Amino acid sequence: MNPSKLYVIPIQLSDNSLLDPLLAYLTHDFGVPAEILRRELDLAKAYNVERDQYYSSMILAQLIENPPESAFRILGVTGLDIYIPVLTYLFGEAQFKGIGALVSTFRLRNEFYGRPSDAQLFEERLFKEAVHELGHTFGLPHCHYPGCVMNSSTDIDDVAEKMVSFCRACAQIVRQDRPL
Amino acid sequence: MDKENIGILIVDDEFSVRDSLAKWFLSDGFRVGTAESADVAMTRLGEQPWDIVLLDIKMPGMDGIEFNRHIRSVDKDIIVIIITAYSSVDTAVQALKDGAFDYVSKPVDPDDLTHTIRNAVEKRRLAQENIQLKQRIEDLTMPDEIVGTSPQIKRVLEMIATVAQTDATVMIRGESGTGKELAARAIHGNSHRRYAPIISVNCGAFTETLLESELFGHEKGAFTGACTRRKGKLERADKGTIFFGEIGNISPKMQMDLLRVIETKQFTRLGGDTPVHVDFRIISATHRNLEEAVAAGEFREDLYFRLNVFTIDMPPLRERPEDIPLLANCFLQMYSRSMTRGVREIAPDAMQMLVSYDWRRNVRELRNVIERAIVLSSGEKIIGRDLSFPFRYRAKQQGDTMEEIEKAHIGRILERTEWNISQAASVLGIDRTTLYTKIKKYGLSKPS
Repeated sequence: MNPSKLYVIPIQLSDNSLLDPLLAYLTHDFGVPAEILRRELDLAKAYNVERDQYYSSMILAQLIENPPESAFRILGVTGLDIYIPVLTYLFGEAQFKGIGALVSTFRLRNEFYGRPSDAQLFEERLFKEAVHELGHTFGLPHCHYPGCVMNSSTDIDDVAEKMVSFCRACAQIVRQDRPL
Repeated sequence: MDKENIGILIVDDEFSVRDSLAKWFLSDGFRVGTAESADVAMTRLGEQPWDIVLLDIKMPGMDGIEFNRHIRSVDKDIIVIIITAYSSVDTAVQALKDGAFDYVSKPVDPDDLTHTIRNAVEKRRLAQENIQLKQRIEDLTMPDEIVGTSPQIKRVLEMIATVAQTDATVMIRGESGTGKELAARAIHGNSHRRYAPIISVNCGAFTETLLESELFGHEKGAFTGACTRRKGKLERADKGTIFFGEIGNISPKMQMDLLRVIETKQFTRLGGDTPVHVDFRIISATHRNLEEAVAAGEFREDLYFRLNVFTIDMPPLRERPEDIPLLANCFLQMYSRSMTRGVREIAPDAMQMLVSYDWRRNVRELRNVIERAIVLSSGEKIIGRDLSFPFRYRAKQQGDTMEEIEKAHIGRILERTEWNISQAASVLGIDRTTLYTKIKKYGLSKPS
């Protein structure tokens, strides 16, 4: 079976209503059908009591373990606060030139920063970070082209500076790797 | 500086730190290496160049503080960023005193890490640029006459290095003998046009008609004596550089013709009607004050601005006496070798005379004095009596007033123009009435 589907695995999401628009957007942007995949993950293994956070790389490793043959890419979407040991937090993590990516909604909501709730802005941020992390799986490093979704964002306000799509050069690399 | 050209070496005994930082920097487009100890890091440093080292303080074996000192002693240009736990910030401060660039505390805020790395990259880029600029200045194909350690000549060298990389039109100003044409050749020799010729035209040496023929060339039969078609200097300078010496001396008609060529990059040969297209860079030189000539209506303002995009002022030799020993020794070696003479050095008394002479004809005059001294010298050293100066030996004096200098200068110009008042006034950039007033004031008289 050809790897032809982009699977989205929800992990501890408080609000599942964001999944349908995300699937629709990813289907449109990557040109492959995006579908929900349910998986049981051992999150306790990734939990760090001292930090009250989840070790992103450990969750990512479980996401890509024994992937379905039809999996073109696997994206985990979690409501958990994720980290890697050397950094205080992450918006997401991805396998560089791999199949797996993980994005966290925990720090994408305005409420986290004490700002008024903004559902539309939250959705936009989620789309951008999801496409960004998936971009890394195509071997895309951070891009300096103004507005490209592959711009590095380490601050929530940086996310607003970029678009939800790839620049022409990045898009070309993604297109080359699409299933026929 | 592209990120893929920047190498970051992560030195930390914790696998998770090395692994996560390596992934982080790889996704950011850097070249990344890892080492689990100072020993392994030393091997990595020997294998390939690294720009930034992220260094954990607490490691078994040689710790980060000691390894930082080791790196500084081997390569001061490597930027070291210390990774530390909150509990060991004092130790990190010690590392900063030992020359580390900055420190980050584990776990690091991603935004802080991004900024620290961005600052390090910027510092590295500036350091590289500085090295490259110095290298460019040292690598310049520079004639022997443009040497020295004085701030004035260093400034000239920097300007030559900068402008050589562009295609800008250059105006070189300076007294006779300061090396204006040599500077032009250095610019050409270090520009992308260096494989095409540099064609030199001394505008002061031709009459208007002859200069026209020299520059534009002519078709067969264009005038009496034009037996064959001949390419002009503008055509021969195609793809290269044309150097106009004494540009301030060209006639109003030639100024207009030249302006047209500069603007259209095409012309026709004398006696012809086919346009010739040319692509050259223009470097001009003058000892005249062209601003005054423009103000007096003797030089076209539009041509002046076309020619004067980038200006280099060649300093007179008397203003940089510290360069005289270096130049004198340079000419000594050059002529001693070419004349196969065994003259090896300049005696201190002779050098003192050279340094204190006022060099009215600048470097060219110094070169001639040394050449003559080598011929006259009977031993291995040039001594005082071997030196013969074209002008009566006259050491620089503190008491020279502006009036004395002006009197001498006007006298020289009148002598050179054989007391043709109009011509002398034109060269001096003043009107005839002013010149008459000054002749009277200084009591100058035409030799009988």
